[in-house]
Amino acid sequence: MEQQQSLWQFMLQQSGKLWQQTITHTGLTFTAVLIAVFIGLPLGVIIARKQRFAAPVLGFAGILQTIPSIALLGFLIPLLGIGAFPAIAALFLYALLPVIRNTYTGIKEVDPAVVDAAKGMGMTDAQILLKVQLPLAMPVILAGIRTATVISVGVATLAAYIAAGGLGEFIFGGIALNNTNMILAGAIPAALLAILFDLILSLLQRIQARKMRRLVVIMPVIFLVLSSFYIFSATDKSLLAGFTPEFMGREDGYLGLKSKYHLNMRNVVISDAVMYKAEFDKKLDVISGYSTDGRLKAYGLVTLKDDKAIFPPYYAAPLVRKETLEKYPELAPALNLLAGKINDSIMTELNYRVDYLKQLPEKTAQDFLVEKGLYRKAQNAQKGTVRLGSKIFGEQYILTNMYKMLIEGYTSLRVETKTGLGGTKICFDALVNNQIDVYPEYTGTGLLVILQPQKQEVAKLIANRDSLYQFVKKEFARKYNLAWLPPIGFNNAYALMMRKAQARRLNIKTISDLKRYTDLPKKR
Amino acid sequence: MIEVQQLTKRYRNTVAVNNISFSVTEGQTLVLLGTSGSGKTTTLRMLNRLIEPTSGTIFIHAKNICSQPPEVLRRSMGYVLQGYGLFPHYSVAENIAIVPKLLKWPQQKIQKRVDELLQKLQLPPEEYRNVYPAALSGGQKQRVGLARALAADPPILLMDEPFGALDLLTRAAVRKEFKELDELKKKTIILVTHDVQEAFELGDQIGLMDKGKMQQLASPAELLFYPANGFVREFFNQHRFQLEWQSVCLKKIWNDLPEVRNHMNATLSSDQTLWDAMEEVANHDTDVYAFDEETGSARHVTFECLKIAIQKQKQQG
Repeated sequence: MEQQQSLWQFMLQQSGKLWQQTITHTGLTFTAVLIAVFIGLPLGVIIARKQRFAAPVLGFAGILQTIPSIALLGFLIPLLGIGAFPAIAALFLYALLPVIRNTYTGIKEVDPAVVDAAKGMGMTDAQILLKVQLPLAMPVILAGIRTATVISVGVATLAAYIAAGGLGEFIFGGIALNNTNMILAGAIPAALLAILFDLILSLLQRIQARKMRRLVVIMPVIFLVLSSFYIFSATDKSLLAGFTPEFMGREDGYLGLKSKYHLNMRNVVISDAVMYKAEFDKKLDVISGYSTDGRLKAYGLVTLKDDKAIFPPYYAAPLVRKETLEKYPELAPALNLLAGKINDSIMTELNYRVDYLKQLPEKTAQDFLVEKGLYRKAQNAQKGTVRLGSKIFGEQYILTNMYKMLIEGYTSLRVETKTGLGGTKICFDALVNNQIDVYPEYTGTGLLVILQPQKQEVAKLIANRDSLYQFVKKEFARKYNLAWLPPIGFNNAYALMMRKAQARRLNIKTISDLKRYTDLPKKR
Repeated sequence: MIEVQQLTKRYRNTVAVNNISFSVTEGQTLVLLGTSGSGKTTTLRMLNRLIEPTSGTIFIHAKNICSQPPEVLRRSMGYVLQGYGLFPHYSVAENIAIVPKLLKWPQQKIQKRVDELLQKLQLPPEEYRNVYPAALSGGQKQRVGLARALAADPPILLMDEPFGALDLLTRAAVRKEFKELDELKKKTIILVTHDVQEAFELGDQIGLMDKGKMQQLASPAELLFYPANGFVREFFNQHRFQLEWQSVCLKKIWNDLPEVRNHMNATLSSDQTLWDAMEEVANHDTDVYAFDEETGSARHVTFECLKIAIQKQKQQG
């Protein structure tokens, strides 16, 4: 019972936001359905008359229907950006098939004798359509609109992924924060909306065909009123943040922003894939990202200084098996050639070349080493083999390629690369189980993913980059007999970022500076 | 009145109607008779341009029907079809009012006409005006369908299997009413049916069709006694006995019957068919007499006399 009470309390506490999201949800749904009816109904009428268009039109609408909703939103973002517009477009595409198909079926199912009689009595095509076919098809058409509405209420929860709001914001926020009450506070009203709309439309549907004539007029009015609930509000001028669901849920993320910085930003939940582009397109003002992400450079973004140190440092350094270091003493000096050579902006630049310009990691690595005067031709000697591993993203590929070139250039060792070892856990296990000898790891990851110490200890450790490095180095040596070599220099940590121009204009350099522009009167 | 010349309807691989010509004079009923696929319905639907002919012309009142928009043409012809095609979302009164409304009659005139028709078709207006078709019996629907076709008082009535959806008993009863309806007496009617009995009962002329061709167009008696070809003869074989007896009036064989002076207890008139006479004879133990008003003469009707008369008719053919 405690759970239910606290859910009720949560909903009361959030009632303002809940009400607003419910209205947004309703608005999104009915705007989309209304457009779908305006376009789908005439289309259905046309294909019922011109039979040869029926298969292609229904087929196309059917294909739209089979696209997974997340994927459809993904397709629409490059075209329409983020926010209500693409969300309504996606909902509209989903609502289209039931409306077209039921209009088509409804008209086709009108007794041919009735249509024949209408024609034989001298009704024109338009009269037959308006006075006979549409009124008689109306229950079936209404069933289609009903289906479209219920589908839309469901799909509209996904609108939260592209910052269009709606009850999905509660649901995804709740999932990211592992907060059951929050999930339910979004899911239950969404389900109730679906049931409510279904019920209302089923009542309309039961009205007999002969009374349909009046209904045909009333229906659009009802829909217009419902969709007008939704006002494209752009009145709020405070900065808008877009955070990934993961960031929303982490102590070293949104929760830290709230507890340490007391930052109450207007924010939307958005997927990582579209976040940077949306920031660039000025749809968002602040986003959460990784400090060496190539898109920082691609989209002209700057990171804000974490002046209260809530994001743990993620300094990269080679993590090596001690046995290998003892077996090949020349290995450590070769790996250390890179130590301190790559800072954040250099790494961002290198990532930019690989992730954005689509250069080969190998070429990027070689170009960099040549530029720094570190490149040497491979000796092609056969003294022994060192196995290099990497996780499955561009930055790791670049680093691994650099190490390969350095080892083969400066020692008589041969290198075997095992790239694409998925995530941290896979790389680490491969290292411990003597399947690889070296891979680049990040101090923060070593601490939070591998060592997983107590919360208080984490808070203490992450405040200082050097003490964290020393702690990780000591613990890895003790527990796993692994060595952390000196860091490469850059810190690929969580960061808040903004467009350069805007940050300069607003004079925002640190996260604390944000407070000047984001503090809202009260929690909404 | 209606003049059809060399009418042909060809579909991709088939010829539905093959070079048909006929004419119908005012007030006459022409029955197009044939099996399914004979082209009779196609012919009918070309008359109100629900189907456009491949070639041939149709004149109504000496006016080519293609000279006006099809909608206007159709509003001037009543149309009754097998399923009636009543609008399920319209009440009985609204259904009947469709064509007058299309013709923009004033509301009052429409209402008066609807009530008048309902009265004539024995559907009390107070009771049926606001009833929806779903609540009507088959026979009632048929009458509403007929009333709807008659609403604007069109001179021509096209009927496609108008009794086809009724059971046999109802059909006979409705047909009887139909024949007696004064609204229909002056109409030019073209009726399509596959029912031989119906064709003989209702048709002044019968056009027997097969495979898109008009096999013979003649009066019922002519079809029976002077068949144009083997097909026509074959077609009526099954019903021949009854049809022959039905297609001849007593008047026609009047002089072959023995004359009697006493006509006070005559139960038959000279307008009745031999079939009626035979039924009368079979149902009476006593002698049966017939009376002819025109000549004031009476005849003694016996089964033997009727049989001889029929045979004589056939020999003439």
